[in-house]
Formats: sequence, structure tokens, C-alpha cells
Amino acid sequence: MNTTTKCAATALAAALGVTVLAGCGDDSGSTGAGGSKTVTLVSHDSFDASDAVLKAFTKETGYTVKVLKSGDAGAALNQEILTKGSPRGDVFFGVDNTLLSRALDNGLFTPYEAKGLDRVAADVQLDADKHRVTPVDTGDICVNYDKKYFADKKLDPPTSFDDLLKPAYKNLLVTENAATSSPGLGFLLGTVAAHGDSGYQDYWKKLKANGVKVVDGWEQAYNEEFSGSAGGKKAGGDRPLVVSYASSPPVEVLYADPQPTEAPTGVATGTCFRQIEFAGLLDGAGNEAGGKALLDFLIGKRFQEDMPLKMFVNPVVKDAKLPELFTKFGAESEKPATVAPDKIAENREQWVRSWSSIVVK
Amino acid sequence: MLALESATVRFGKRTALDAVDLEVADHEIVCVLGPSGSGKSTLLRAVAGLRPLDGGRVLLDGADQAAVPVHRRGVGLMFQDHQLFPHQDVAANVAFGLRMHGVPRAERESRAAELLDLVGLPGAGRRAVAALSGGEQQRVALARALAPRPKLLMLDEPLGQLDRSLRERLVVELRSLFGRLGTTVLAVTHDQGEAFALADRVVVMRDGAITQSGTPLDVWQRPASAFVARFLGFDNVVEATVTGSLADTVWGKVPVPDGSPEGRCDLLVRPAGVRIGAPDGGLRCTVGARTFRGHHVTVLLNPADGPALEAVCTLRDTPHEGAVVGVEFDPAETVVLSPAAQP
Amino acid sequence: MVLDRREVATPAARRGGRRGGAVRLGLMAVPVAFFALFFAYPVAAIVGRGLKADGVWQFGRIGEVLSRPDLQDVLWFTTWQALASTALTLLIALPGAYVFARFDFPGKQLLRAVVTVPFVLPTVVVGTAFLALLGRGGLLDDLWGVRLDTTVWAILLAHVFFNYALVVRTVGGLWAQLDPRQEEAARVLGAGRLAAWRRVTLPALAPAVAAAALMVFLFTFTSFGVVQILGGPSYSTLEVEIYRQTAQLLDLPTAAVLTLVQFAAVGAILALHAWTIRRRETALRLVDPSQTSRRPRGAGQRALLGGVLLTVALLVVLPLGVLVERSLDTSGGYGLGFYRALQSADAGGSTFLVPPLEAIWNSLRYALAATAIALVIGGLAAAALTRRAGRLVRGFDALLMLPLGVSAVTVGFGFLITLDKPPLDLRTSWILVPLAQALVGVPFVVRTMLPVLRAVDERLREAAAVLGASPLRAWREVDLPLVRRALLVAAGFAFAVSLGEFGATVFIARPDNPTLPVAVARLLGRSGELNYGQAMALSTILMLVCAVSLLLLERIRTDRSGEF
Repeated sequence: MNTTTKCAATALAAALGVTVLAGCGDDSGSTGAGGSKTVTLVSHDSFDASDAVLKAFTKETGYTVKVLKSGDAGAALNQEILTKGSPRGDVFFGVDNTLLSRALDNGLFTPYEAKGLDRVAADVQLDADKHRVTPVDTGDICVNYDKKYFADKKLDPPTSFDDLLKPAYKNLLVTENAATSSPGLGFLLGTVAAHGDSGYQDYWKKLKANGVKVVDGWEQAYNEEFSGSAGGKKAGGDRPLVVSYASSPPVEVLYADPQPTEAPTGVATGTCFRQIEFAGLLDGAGNEAGGKALLDFLIGKRFQEDMPLKMFVNPVVKDAKLPELFTKFGAESEKPATVAPDKIAENREQWVRSWSSIVVK
Repeated sequence: MLALESATVRFGKRTALDAVDLEVADHEIVCVLGPSGSGKSTLLRAVAGLRPLDGGRVLLDGADQAAVPVHRRGVGLMFQDHQLFPHQDVAANVAFGLRMHGVPRAERESRAAELLDLVGLPGAGRRAVAALSGGEQQRVALARALAPRPKLLMLDEPLGQLDRSLRERLVVELRSLFGRLGTTVLAVTHDQGEAFALADRVVVMRDGAITQSGTPLDVWQRPASAFVARFLGFDNVVEATVTGSLADTVWGKVPVPDGSPEGRCDLLVRPAGVRIGAPDGGLRCTVGARTFRGHHVTVLLNPADGPALEAVCTLRDTPHEGAVVGVEFDPAETVVLSPAAQP
Repeated sequence: MVLDRREVATPAARRGGRRGGAVRLGLMAVPVAFFALFFAYPVAAIVGRGLKADGVWQFGRIGEVLSRPDLQDVLWFTTWQALASTALTLLIALPGAYVFARFDFPGKQLLRAVVTVPFVLPTVVVGTAFLALLGRGGLLDDLWGVRLDTTVWAILLAHVFFNYALVVRTVGGLWAQLDPRQEEAARVLGAGRLAAWRRVTLPALAPAVAAAALMVFLFTFTSFGVVQILGGPSYSTLEVEIYRQTAQLLDLPTAAVLTLVQFAAVGAILALHAWTIRRRETALRLVDPSQTSRRPRGAGQRALLGGVLLTVALLVVLPLGVLVERSLDTSGGYGLGFYRALQSADAGGSTFLVPPLEAIWNSLRYALAATAIALVIGGLAAAALTRRAGRLVRGFDALLMLPLGVSAVTVGFGFLITLDKPPLDLRTSWILVPLAQALVGVPFVVRTMLPVLRAVDERLREAAAVLGASPLRAWREVDLPLVRRALLVAAGFAFAVSLGEFGATVFIARPDNPTLPVAVARLLGRSGELNYGQAMALSTILMLVCAVSLLLLERIRTDRSGEF
């Protein structure tokens, strides 16, 4: 049956050809043989850094950074947990305080105290005694408002969680599903922090009575329902209040052509929940030395000052200067709410479930 | 050239070829004749290698072909329904075999043109096969089979799908063509007229076995069995007991040629040997259906006892339907068949 | 002659059992290895991870999970919305199938390509477009003040939007090939118009309708993006729940049970589908579709055509048009500003998240690789399945369709825990993305090529063999030219599907080269007019690329181009 073998061989060759081609196309270097000169950063889809900054790292340390991204923050972290012990990279960036316990409980990270940690604010160092993770950035999830709407109605925009319950703001707020959306969860956690374990349910019942709308993701909430965003305007969004980020107004300005002199949206500064994002050296990393250098670099001034305009988050080191865009159009939140990671880990499912039963069903 | 030795093919319980022995000499044209399901197509497929043997051997030029795959046997096969490649034009179809054998392009093209001339389709090379008539397709299929100069050309019902007049003309053309080319041919058909016109030798098959082999004249004149006789279109077959030059049948005494073997047998009376006369002479019959066949008429005669008789008359002598006639038999047109075979 | 033919067919079939068996095994080895390695093994591993604790199977978990009322709700909703969507799709699309099959009208080819575009567009994009029809300020809102977003109607209608083409192509494709003279024969024999249709056409069409319905059911049963975007938080299908349990909560046991439930359901659907297809392949005598269609005559036919065109305009063209409109609607009036912005890497004072032209290039590259893989694997599988054979092979046929019913997140996470050892440490290789996309492309290739390959007369191959062609050569000289057009159609579909593929791409870690759908999702994930506008512009480009490749397919569409 030499024909059989021939057929099979041809097919196999074709299939292998594709795979081999794949290998050749992978020009960014592999973690294998030349691994010692490459350090691999695993992250979520929102990670971004300027090329120049990454090049500077290579120049300083001799390591080339290879970035792997997959899915949103939750999915990316879960993938790391699944591959624990034989990680795809050396450093993971993108676990936030709402997911931190899951990462730590699974023993994902090797402790390492990054150089320059003393410049980082103490209140974001949530693992200060063990240094399994290093804080890299913070971002606030807050209610944004459509400035034009409130100016037209000659109404003051809300500033606090309690304001949102007022009849004046009936049917104005849209938020995201706490079960599937990161800002949705953040906002829920903010209300838990503000009203306590017992009071938040009551708060949400009232908020529901006041006409809060829940959609599944930030994209729908912000780009479809919210009246203040560029997308929402086109889609005919009719909700002037949306749960989004404190950095959203500067971004609206940045990505407008021509750029306005004033942001079209504002932030209700008393409705913020602080997200802190961490990075850590992965257990079983192939290039531990490179990983450590990268962690040092992530809280270095250069990267910290690059972050705001790449990922629209705030730096954690005191000496990093915020870009003008942020200082001019951004808002400083008043005492952003926080909840301890272990408490989040313990109660998250139950909070989300009772939230769902109040708001969604 | 070709020899089959006890070639056997089985489909499950059914035996399609039952220990067939057959030889085809160089330049010989052999026609296998048999009804549907007699195994004649299987015979060709076995020779071509499209169907492996369950027993026996196929030899080409003395070499056993068991281990030789289809494409290396060097035989040609013209399929029953031509099987021209629909995605290629006429010339490409004809040149296909040459291309498979690595013949250079220029030579392929000239040979294809030459063959199209030969089969009477000069200049048809660029035509699409879908645009050809049945007769033209048949010619292209023939040219395609001939092109690689196969040592043995096999034809499966070569003229099966064509109309009668075309078939009659083509069969003469084919025979003279094969004669000129010196091609060795093994053809199968169910049409005795086609077989007799084409072949040097006719082989009659039944149920996967050869029942008779001989020149067309031989077979025509002396069918070996009632089966062969009936298959050749003779329906006047009856059981008989021969004593001397007379056979005792349900139709009465029928004279047989001298020297016919005695005893129980089947007896064939060719329609031409059925003489119609006055009702008081011979076997009394009522005239049944009459069929005009151009220059003669076939008449069905119903005797009081026994099966109907077929007779041939000239147009003028044809009796009316329903008339009562007397029948006599011509011993020169009767044949004593082998006793064993029953249709 | 009839007997003779049977005699010819039998040995071929028998050879299929012996010599052909070895050939088929050889042909099948590659696709089987591919599916074992890149589908069965990863999915089994991730399910096993969920159902095993300390090396012991915990089948009790199945009962536990299935008795949770919230998950029972999910299961119930998944099933009934799929049934309702299927019914609604058939109701709306069957007249369309008839019109596309039997009427000639200007722009028919273009329209047939257009209605197929949603089928290959990523849901991220479609969700946005579809809200324009049903949401606030949408057409229904303008006309009657009806808003259907976040109601179940939005989900059902979006499912119609997505699967309209599936019914039109599957049913219409066959309808066009049914000989109208059969119906005429029935009319002559005294049947009324309706009776003739019911007695003659409907039975002939029934298997195709059933096959289409089952495919629609399959796609809606496993619906993900549509339900997430349009349904809001109150509606969740199994697929959404599997995603949530796996990617968000890392509750692998629950995810594993749900995956098994979905697997069982999809397996049952596919078995039914395979059965109806087989009936369809054997029973009918078909004619050239170009001979069966004609210009509509009479008021009734014109009204039907008009109605179908209006449906298509409202349901398909309008949402797609909204995308285009928004991509042109810059703050300075209509213009190509967003498209120009795509080219400049440094607009708006900062570098872009994704260099958009690069995303187009990435998409094309991934899609080409995925198409190549899908063609090799699907082509070999189709070649192996061509030779009719027993149950085992038919089972394989259905197996090839299974990836359509398994969540991308399950496969993606499965890859992570299986392809982690050399020589197959592919977790960080870009090939993983086209591999995952090819899993979805293969069924399309097989379904497109199989009917054509099966229609190739075995004796043509024999004729080639007798003329000196080796089996491989015969395949190249006979099969390949005859199926080339089908192959192109298959390639186009695989290409379009992987171009629009989002799920697998986003879950598979890769060096940072996002595809179009991923880039669109990222741009939509940011505030700012330019981001939003560019997302629309990129979506429009994606749509155009899909439409153009489909339109090219229309030109080379064979009369027997399979089910899609």
C-alpha cells in the first residue's frame, strides 16, 4: 500500500509545514533556548506600554520584553492559575485587589521585594509583609456624568453614593453587571464599603427603586446607554450617569478631534472604588533574574510616567508626574472606597449573588 | 497475450466469475457475449486490475498480474458510459494516457490529433466533452483508450448507448480500424449482432462461466445449449428425444440433420426452418402476432399443444392473423442442443 | 443494464472494505490526530480537571450542579430561546429561501452575499449594530416607540439576523435544484398549487429544512455574544455560564458539568443533523439551479419578492448600514476621518492601543493560516469520508462538527493545560490562534466538499487508473479539478469565519498582534470619540472584507456546494 503511505505522508508534511512555518514566524524570541535574554510578561488585553519605554528597559538591563496577552483581567489570571508551576512567562501583571486573594491563595508568585518599593504609597502595598506581589498602578471606578445634561437641566450632578438615591436622579444611572464586568463589581464593592455588609442590600433596593439600569458590560453602558460619551451620543444614549473610570473624562478629551477645551463628562468624586493592580514574579519562571529586573522596572519612574496615557491609570510611586491631560481634565476622588482583598475573596460570590437577586431578577 | 487461469471473483455468496479460463491471442478480437449479470463486466475489471481475483490468475504476455496495480498493467479500457473527464476538452481527454506515461507535449498533441482523425473527429480537439453527441463521445472514448497504444484494448458495451443505425455503421468501422492497427481486443456486449459483427471469436458467458467459445459462424450455427440458443434470439427451443433422423417433440416429429446424437435433448428450430403451408399438412397452428421487420415478417404460430413457434415469411407470404395453417420443419435449420442445459 | 451497474458498484464498495480501508485509514490519520490533539485532548483535560479531585472522579458533582436552581434556569432558558429562535428564523427565512431559489432579480448575487455577512461577523460588532434597530432611537423606536433591547425579543431577532443566511443557503440551495417540473407534473395530475407544493416540494425539501433548523438550533443553543450584549444581565445561556464559571470564577467543576451537558445536547443535535443530511444526499434528483429560477410574475409573486426584500433590508442591511453610517459620522460631519485616523499611528496626541492597519494584516495572516490548516484537515477528512462506509466513518463525520458546539473558552483553557510540554509547548505560539480557528473552519470545509466529492463518479477515477494514473495522480487529475470550485468555496468560508472569529483569539495568549475583532473590541473598550469611530471603521472594513470574499464565492459557487 505504498499509495496509502504516500497520501498520508503528503498530508502530514502539509500539516507539519504549517506548524513549522508557525515556528519560523515566531520572531519575538522564545522562552526556550535564548530565554535568558528574553523576559516574558503575561498580562490581560488592556496592558500597553510605549515601545520606547520597553526599549529603554532592554538598554538598561539587556533583557528584551515579550508580552503575552489573553482575555480580560479575570480570564488572564485564571489562565495563570491553571498553568501554575509551568508558567508561560516570568512576570504576571494585572491582578487587582478584587482578585488578589485568589492569586495569593493559589501560590502563583515567588516573593520578591522590588527595588524602589519605598517610593510606593503604603496604602496600596497590600502584601507588604511577604512581597509576593508589587503594586503597579491604581484606578478609580466612579460614576461619570454628562456635563451638558446637568447644565441644560440646571441640576447639580451627584457627588456621593447617597446622592444617587435622590428622586432628582431617578432613571439616570446605568451600571454594569457585577457578575461579569469589572467596573460593575467595583461599584458594588464601593457600595459595600460605604454601607457595610448589612446596609448595601438595602442601598441597592433603593437604587433599583430609583431606576438604575443594569447592562452586561462596560461597552454597552458607556458606548450605548450613557449620553455623555462620543459613542453614546451617536447611539442616542439617554442615561447621563454611568459607572466608569475616573480617567474616562481625560480619555474623552484625548480621543476627540479636535480636542475640546473642557471634558464633556465629569466624575462624581464621592462614588469611587479604588482598584489597585499588582504584578508578581511567577512561580517556576524560566528567567527569574529577568523577571526581577522587570518588576523593578515596572515601578521605575519611566514606566510609571508612561502608564497613564497608555492604560489610563494612576501611578503608584510618589515621584511620578501625572501628564497634563490628567491634571487638567481628570478628577481627584475623595477618599476612594476600598475593601480588604481577603474579605472580597470570602464574600464576593455571595455579594454578587444577592446583588443579582435584588437588581437583575 | 492475455490468459485467464481459473479466474474467480466472488461478491459475498455470489460468484461473478467462476474459474474462467480464457486466452486471447495477439491481434485477435474476442467478444464476450452474455446477458446482464453474467459476469462479463467483472471479467474486464479483473483483467484491468480494478477488481482483485479471489482465485486463479490473470497473465499478460505470460506475466502474472496479481501484484501489478491498475495503472501499470498497460491495458486499455473503454467504459460502458465512456467516463470522459468533464473538466477537460476532447484533446486533453485523448492525451490523458500519454500524459500519464510521460510523453512530451508535442508528441501528445500530434498523437491526439492523429487519433481524432482516425476515429472520424478531425479538429474536434478543443471542443468540450459535454457538447458532444453520444456517438462522438464514444469515438473520443475510443481514441482516448487507443492513444497510449495499450497491448490489450478492452471495450465494455462499446456501442451500448447508441441508436441502431449508428451502431451498425460503427461496428464495421471499428472492426476495420482494429484490423488496420493490429489491436488485440477483448470486448463485452449483450448484443449478439454487435458481437458477431466485431469479433474473430465469440465467448458466451452465463452465471460467471463460459458456456461456449468459437467463431461467430460456429456459435451462430451450432449453439451449444438451449441457453445460448435463446440468448441468440432463438425461441423455438423444445425438449425432444432423437431417434435416427427424427426427433419426437410436443410439436410432433421433427426431422433433424443426419448423424445427430440420439436420446433426450433440446431441439432448436430456426424460424427460417419453420415452413408455413396449407392447414391440412403438418402441425396445425393458429397465426398469432405478426411483426414487420423490414424485408421480412416474423409470425408467431400457436399450435394446439406446446409452446408458440416463431416463423419468418416474406411480406407476400405472410398469413393473416387468426388464420389456421399447417407447419413443416426443415432439417437443415434444426439443431440438436446439448441435453443438460436448461434455461 | 441496471443490473450491470449494480455489478459495477458492488466491487467498488467492497474494495472500500479492504484495500480502500487502508487508504481511508491513511487519509483519516491526519484529521483524527489533529482533532485528538487539538480538540479532544484539551477539552477532556479541562473537563477532567473539573471533575477529578485527588485523582478520583467526582461524578456526584454532576448531580450537585444540575440541581442548582439558578443553573436549571440557565438550562431552561438556553433550550427555549434556541427553540424559539429556530422557529422564528425558519418562519422569516423560508420565504427568503424560496425567493432566492426561484426568482431572478437584479442584485441577487450581491444580496445573497450581504445576508451572509452577519454569519461571519463578530458578535461584538453585530451587537452594537443591532441595537440600532431595536434599541433607543432605533427604527422600531422611531416608528412605534417600541424598544426591544434587553428583552428576549432582541435575542431572538438577533439570532434570526445571524442565521438568516444559513436557512437561505441550505434550504434555498436545494430548492433551486429541485426540478420544478415535478411540481408541474403534480399539477397536471390534478393537484392544486398548494397541494402540489405540499405533496411534492415539501417532502423533498424537508430534510434540508430539518438540517438547517438543527444548525440554527445548534448555533443559537450555544449563543454567546448575542445573549451577553443584547440580553443584558438577566439572560444567560449555557455558553455564557461556562464562560463565566471558567474565565471569571475559575469554578472548574461547575464549568465541567455544564460543558458535559452542552456536549450531550450538541452531540444529540449533530447526530440528528447527520441523519437528516444523509437522507438528503441519497434521495433526490437535482437539476441545474440556473434553470429553475425566473423573473417573478403576477402580483402575488411580486409581493412575495417585495416582502422578502423588505425583511432583508430591515433585518440585515439596516443594522449593517448603521455600522457604516457611524464609521463616517465624525464630529465635523460625515467624512473619512476615522478611516484616516486608522492610518496614522499617532493621532490624538498619543499612540494607539492597536496600530489598526496592523490588525488588518494580522487578521489576514491568521485567517490564511487557519484556512490552510482547515483545508488540509477538512480536505483529507472529506476525501476519507467520500468513500461510503460504515457507522464508524459516519460517526467521524459528526465528530468533525463537535467543535462548533464547544465553548471557545473551554478549548482555550484546555490548550493551556495540555499543550505545555515540548515538543508541543504551543501555549505562546501564534499558531494556536489559527489552530483554534481551524477547528471551527474544518466543519465548513467538510460540509462543503463532501457532497461534491461524493458526486464524483468512482469510474472516472478508474478510467484514469486504466490510462496509467496512480491513485494519487488520479486524485489530482480527476477529483481535484472537479472539486476545485467547491474547495475555493470552502476556503472562502473558512477564511471568512476565522476572519470574524473572536472567542478563541481573545482567550489564547499570544504575542501582541491582535486581529480585527480583537482590535475592535479593544477600541470599544475605551472611551473617546476617535476610539469609538475607529472601532466602527474597522468593523466596516471587516465587514467589507467578509462581503468581498463571500461575493467572490458567489461567482464560483458550484451547483452542489454543500450545506452552507
